[in-house]
Amino acid sequence: MTRENLVNILLAVALLAAPLAANALGQAFYVTLATRIAILALAALGLNLALGLGGLVSFGHAAFFGIGGYAAGILAAHGFSGEPILFGLPGTVQMPVIWLVAVFTAAVVALLIGAISLRTSGVYFIMITLAFAQMVYYFAVSWPAYGGEDGLSVLVRNQFPGLNTMVPLNFFLICYVILLVAIALFALIRASRFGAALQAARQNEIRVATIGIGPFRIRLTAFVLSATITALAGALYADLNRFVSPSMLSWHMSGELIVLVILGGVGRLFGPVAGAALYVAFEFALGSLTEYWQFVLGLILLGTVLFVRGGLLGLFAGKARHG
Amino acid sequence: MQMHKMLAAATMALSLGTSGLAHADPLKIGMITTLSGGGAGLGVDTRDGFMLAIKNSGNKDITVVTEDDAQKPELAVQIADKMIQSDQVDVLTGIVWSNLLMAVVPGAVAQGKLYVSTNAAPAALAGANCNKLYFNAAYQNDNLHEAMGEYATKGYKKMFILAPNYPAGKDSLTGFKRYYKGEVAAEVYTKVGQTDYAAEIAQMRASGADGIFVFLPGGMGIAFMKQFAQSGVKIPVMGPGFSFSQDVLPAIGDAALGAKASGQWAPDFDNAASKKFVSDFQAEYKRLPSIYALQAYDAAQLVVSAAAKTSVKNTDAFRAELLRADITSPRGNFKFNTNQHPIQDIYLTEVVRKDGVLTNKTVEKIFTDHGDAYAKDCKL
Amino acid sequence: MTFALALEQLLNGLQLGVMLFLMAAGLTLIFGVMGLINLAHGSLYMVGAFACAAVAAWTGSFWLGLAASLACAAAAGAVVELVVIRRLYDRDHLDQVLATFALILIFSEGTRWLFGSFPLYLDIPPLLQGAVQLPGGGEYPIYRLAIIAIGALVAVGLYVLIGRTRLGMRIRAGESDREMIGALGVDIRTLYTVVFALGSALAGLSGALVGATQSVQVGMGEPILILCFVVIVIGGIGSIKGALLGALLVGICDTMGRFLLPQLIALLLPPAQAGMVGGAVSSMLIYVVMALVLAVKPRGLFPPAHV
Repeated sequence: MTRENLVNILLAVALLAAPLAANALGQAFYVTLATRIAILALAALGLNLALGLGGLVSFGHAAFFGIGGYAAGILAAHGFSGEPILFGLPGTVQMPVIWLVAVFTAAVVALLIGAISLRTSGVYFIMITLAFAQMVYYFAVSWPAYGGEDGLSVLVRNQFPGLNTMVPLNFFLICYVILLVAIALFALIRASRFGAALQAARQNEIRVATIGIGPFRIRLTAFVLSATITALAGALYADLNRFVSPSMLSWHMSGELIVLVILGGVGRLFGPVAGAALYVAFEFALGSLTEYWQFVLGLILLGTVLFVRGGLLGLFAGKARHG
Repeated sequence: MQMHKMLAAATMALSLGTSGLAHADPLKIGMITTLSGGGAGLGVDTRDGFMLAIKNSGNKDITVVTEDDAQKPELAVQIADKMIQSDQVDVLTGIVWSNLLMAVVPGAVAQGKLYVSTNAAPAALAGANCNKLYFNAAYQNDNLHEAMGEYATKGYKKMFILAPNYPAGKDSLTGFKRYYKGEVAAEVYTKVGQTDYAAEIAQMRASGADGIFVFLPGGMGIAFMKQFAQSGVKIPVMGPGFSFSQDVLPAIGDAALGAKASGQWAPDFDNAASKKFVSDFQAEYKRLPSIYALQAYDAAQLVVSAAAKTSVKNTDAFRAELLRADITSPRGNFKFNTNQHPIQDIYLTEVVRKDGVLTNKTVEKIFTDHGDAYAKDCKL
Repeated sequence: MTFALALEQLLNGLQLGVMLFLMAAGLTLIFGVMGLINLAHGSLYMVGAFACAAVAAWTGSFWLGLAASLACAAAAGAVVELVVIRRLYDRDHLDQVLATFALILIFSEGTRWLFGSFPLYLDIPPLLQGAVQLPGGGEYPIYRLAIIAIGALVAVGLYVLIGRTRLGMRIRAGESDREMIGALGVDIRTLYTVVFALGSALAGLSGALVGATQSVQVGMGEPILILCFVVIVIGGIGSIKGALLGALLVGICDTMGRFLLPQLIALLLPPAQAGMVGGAVSSMLIYVVMALVLAVKPRGLFPPAHV
């Protein structure tokens, strides 16, 4: 077993054990905090697929995170009120249906955004993804139907067959299982022919093109897949907070997702988990210490980029193998 | 929406996750407010006004835990969860912004916690979706805009009205138009966070309006007022009180002189409670209090008054005490409406320079015992 | 709609564009020479505004404040370059985005620590107060005309600096081949510090100029930073000429969109709704323009040859 695998297993076990222990001690809040970590890790894992494997630095993944969130919010609002959404289609409060809608919507939007954005590269790609996310953001802020800037409240968490999702531990377990499935999927993709081509396209575009693989289609597929995972996380996030608002779509959110990926280690299987855990822990611990906590957070982030190359996993598990 | 059924379901479901019962009588207040970033000034005033009333009460059984929401709704929700589930607070308060309030309040009241708002008062929580655990000590969002509509009806025939393109902005112009009977020259919605208003000011000049009503909170208002003064357009400007409150006046400078606004309070109020509030606040924090500080001060007074009579563990009795509003508010008349929002007088104020400091001077009373348009839909 | 109003709005668009150019010029210069994305450029804009407001309040002179804004922003830029930025030149854009994102947090909260949470006061100098008559009967503030003039001066100044001076020669050389000019004995590290300080000073200057018409507060640089990225991406990253034309395009599109779109939509919808929908569409307009430009020309309108 390699050191990285060991660290990964430790992370997975810790993320499960901590909320179980908190729950046994009656500290429901820490279960909620662990749920937040799991969901942010899932969102960052989505980004890691595009960014870590494909080298596609998307500065607009908040758009997909928010689309997932709004899919959950809007469907639930209609599910409660019984009013149809469009053309007589009903809303729903069933999580699996909501997840499907979130994933499908994000896929369609990502296909559009990706098709235009992937014509560019480098800094232009960073900026055009940002621009598309800003469009979605301003649309959500100004569109009055679903709360605009005030956002949309989901009073009761959506339902999952056979589980009471309002019990914090149950909801955590749902998110945890989805996270593990997504991590497994990520590992499969990374090891597949598609994953190899994607990584090769990152490392040497011309060589890939000369052996007859079109980098554009590979990248577009990766971008869409990446968006759907982040959107799924967005739908869960809406259920965690029982609330969605345009701030899920803001460029700060895009920035935070990138921060999570880099903190943990770009392209690493469990990087997003490590990054999300560290970030949420910092935000939580510093926030109650000083009102200037963002200053300290900034210093820590800066220190990580400058001196801890490869993120947390790079620190604890050594350099990534080139695969 | 079948709000009551939903809330009942939420309460039942949530109570499974949270069960923490203390036995003593101490009261723990959780204050979530904005203490970092561009909007921090409002949060600082909210915190300071609130803490002043707690300190003045001398009640040692009241503790306040304060945390910064950084003006992010998701962070506010997380802090609320922590305060409810981990710190076991009894009452929540302090949120400045409507969008953060909408994120926190439904969940908090569903978990059986009281929320006393120090500022934000969205229409969504004042009408059919009002809640017996949610109180607002400030106003209902529309109130100050309605007062300006009433005032403008008397002296202005054609008004140019402008607000940011978000729900509080729409509430604002709706509230204004509810009482304004003249002609509306144009109704313009600007981008949230917009900092350059040259295009809108040019339209104002060309519109032939004889008055301008703007609702632009925080930095947006500062930018607008400075640019308006620089443009040389001479049409009178008016707005709700917080556009010219003490937190922004020093930054606008003389450009604000003469602007008319509406408010439930101004620092020059001639009553003992107001004088004491202003002098205590100045002694403690070395600056004039803003309207946000006043609102938080009253919110704290309300909680203190109820805590003096009964234990917060008896939610119904505590709530009944809050509803009696047995306080001496610096704003004068104050009582709660059926939807637990204030019924109060609203005044016209004017920005003047007094002793070298820009401040608001009370001009006249616009409304007496004014409630809000949504109370009739609230079935409490 | 009258001719005077249309002319005034065009001037407003031009002025917004010039203001964006002042910010974007520094950003694009830094990218062109060092290949660095600097998200903290907006923070240097904030530093300039705060320095100007503080010095103006202390001395009573806007002009001393303006000088202070240039000096402080340049100094802050130089320090940041020496301590942080120079470690990032050979990193990928991802690390640069994260490090400068962290710098935003540090600058914002640091400024709040120093100056408190409330916005500062800064007014335009007496010399530039008032308005002038426009042909057709409109009026236009002198201060805004002055900003247009300063923008034009800076554009000419940069053109001369880069095209006609020894420093400019080195900058151009640095843009096209870093290794080579290092090998030829130019002190590349000092050159980079100087360029970064120059870009920062431009940001500080625009912060001070704009601060006098807006709110000098923490976080003021962020909305404008995003606009500047739109500008330099449309113009072609690294190109000063592109930044100028991109800035004017964005400024005029944004202003005319805010002015005309609600009126167009009012032909179809009742006024209150038209205001809202018009506001929504016009706030997305420049991003739509940017997407269209990049869809047709993926490297902007004036891509520098070598990037």
